[in-house]
Amino acid sequence: MAYSAKVMDHFENPRNLGKMENADGVGEVGNAKCGDIMKIYLKIEDGVIADVKFNTFGCASAIATSSMATEMIKGQKVEDALKLSNKAVVEALDGLPPAKIHCSVLAEQAVKAALADYYTKNGIELDPAIFGNGSCGGHCDGCDSCGIEG
Amino acid sequence: MKTVYADNAATTALCDEALEVMVSCLRDNYGNASSMHHSGQAAAEVVAQAREDIAKCIGADAGEIYFTSGGTESDNWAITNAARLGAKKGKKHIISTTFEHHAVLHTLMKLEKEGFEVTYLDVHEDGYVRVEELEKAIKDETCLVTIMYANNEIGTVQPIEEIGKICKEKGIYFHTDAVQAVGHLPIDVKAQKIDMLSFSAHKFHGPKGIGALYCRKGIPLIGFMQGGAQERNKRPGTTNTPAIAATAAALKKSCAEMDKNIEYVSAMRDRLIDEIIKVIPRTRVNGGRSPRLPGNVSFCFEGIEGESLLLYLDLKGICGSSGSACTSGSLDPSHVLLALGLPHEIAHGSLRLSLSEYNTNDEIDYIIEQLPLVVERLRDMSPVWEKIMKGDN
Ligand SMILES: Cc1ncc(COP(=O)(O)O)c(C=O)c1O
Repeated sequence: MAYSAKVMDHFENPRNLGKMENADGVGEVGNAKCGDIMKIYLKIEDGVIADVKFNTFGCASAIATSSMATEMIKGQKVEDALKLSNKAVVEALDGLPPAKIHCSVLAEQAVKAALADYYTKNGIELDPAIFGNGSCGGHCDGCDSCGIEG
Repeated sequence: MKTVYADNAATTALCDEALEVMVSCLRDNYGNASSMHHSGQAAAEVVAQAREDIAKCIGADAGEIYFTSGGTESDNWAITNAARLGAKKGKKHIISTTFEHHAVLHTLMKLEKEGFEVTYLDVHEDGYVRVEELEKAIKDETCLVTIMYANNEIGTVQPIEEIGKICKEKGIYFHTDAVQAVGHLPIDVKAQKIDMLSFSAHKFHGPKGIGALYCRKGIPLIGFMQGGAQERNKRPGTTNTPAIAATAAALKKSCAEMDKNIEYVSAMRDRLIDEIIKVIPRTRVNGGRSPRLPGNVSFCFEGIEGESLLLYLDLKGICGSSGSACTSGSLDPSHVLLALGLPHEIAHGSLRLSLSEYNTNDEIDYIIEQLPLVVERLRDMSPVWEKIMKGDN
């Protein structure tokens, strides 16, 4: 199993790494038992993601997918950021080994969870068609069955 | 960037002595050891001498050594053979441990499917089998005890001599996977009452793809492949003269220098462990400190994941390994760490550094300097560590 140069670049030099004070939306998904947790912080101004930060516990691809996902949504409108798919993250990284696709799913879920938090804080009802029932609930078995698109 | 190779439990660098004899066999002494002509006989002589030398290193007779492709094949062969012998007498119970190498565990699982019963002894938090528990597990139907000499991930050395004594008294075959021990620890199969022992040359600076099974005289050994009459009709296939000669060269050297190596390597090991647990908070050492393989260092660092740790270390030139799920290729961390009772979230943060006499104290200094920085970098970005620091985890 080898990572692409892009994955290694984002692993070595993660973009938007860090925490954020007074974030407008914070999303945390994953489970320490399964070996990965991603936390994404959003600063939203005029419906646009003005800033984004992430913290991740996990393998190299978990770090790289978080980094790439934050880069892809930064500067985007909230509605557009909601459309971020795990597949797009995988493509932007020039692919992931099959066993690591779930990391990209987690990255997509982390973005959605942060946006859901932003909506909730602002009294906007969550559309179940977009947000579904949220993250993986912390069961590793779920990693294989959480709508992976690779 | 220089390489600090600290993954000697995975494999080792070939020593010059092994390389030289290997090249000379490949280039000059290329005859088939089964051929009658002088070229073949020259190869046969090299193999016979190698067999003698290897046998002497573990206290066996040359006639008790069977060359194989390595540890995996030897384990499969020894266990399957002993199980067949047991089954003939209606004895279909085997005793092993929860933290064996997969070459042993998966062979046992296959036998379980075929109707054998296997008792897996607990190795407790410290990674040692308790002989009282072994004694209790023995039944009339027990045909084999297979317990590894030393664990490949956490380095704990098992009470082999006591196990051998118990098995001898009860008339049960005793096999040990000594892949991590041969060439590193003194072994005497006769004194330790070992009936069968597996080893692999690439763990003691020999070549890959070669190893042997020691099978005590008097134990019927049945080959599992069909073919020529090599290895006294037990293991067909053209004799791998270069690898066998190199195995002997590497093992002779390792055994001749063993006392010196044990002292040198275990001093580096202890310094590395002591320094790291002093400098990095919330670190645990996996497995008891003694008896332990001279080169084995195994940690769990809370709040971080092993694969990213491994790869950040790799970027600094340091080669190690981890038992995290991501590196084991499954959703679960290594069965060895789980066998110690470690929770998943702790086991994910494991790191094994395995040293050899090729390592230097400067390299240990470099690891002691770099490892805390890498752990800190990962903890700084870890939401798990953030929670641990806030004290709500
Ligand atoms: C304890 C143990 N048993 C068996 C093996 C397998 O040996 P080999 O790689 O020679 O098949 C290894 C090494 O990977 C090992 O560490």
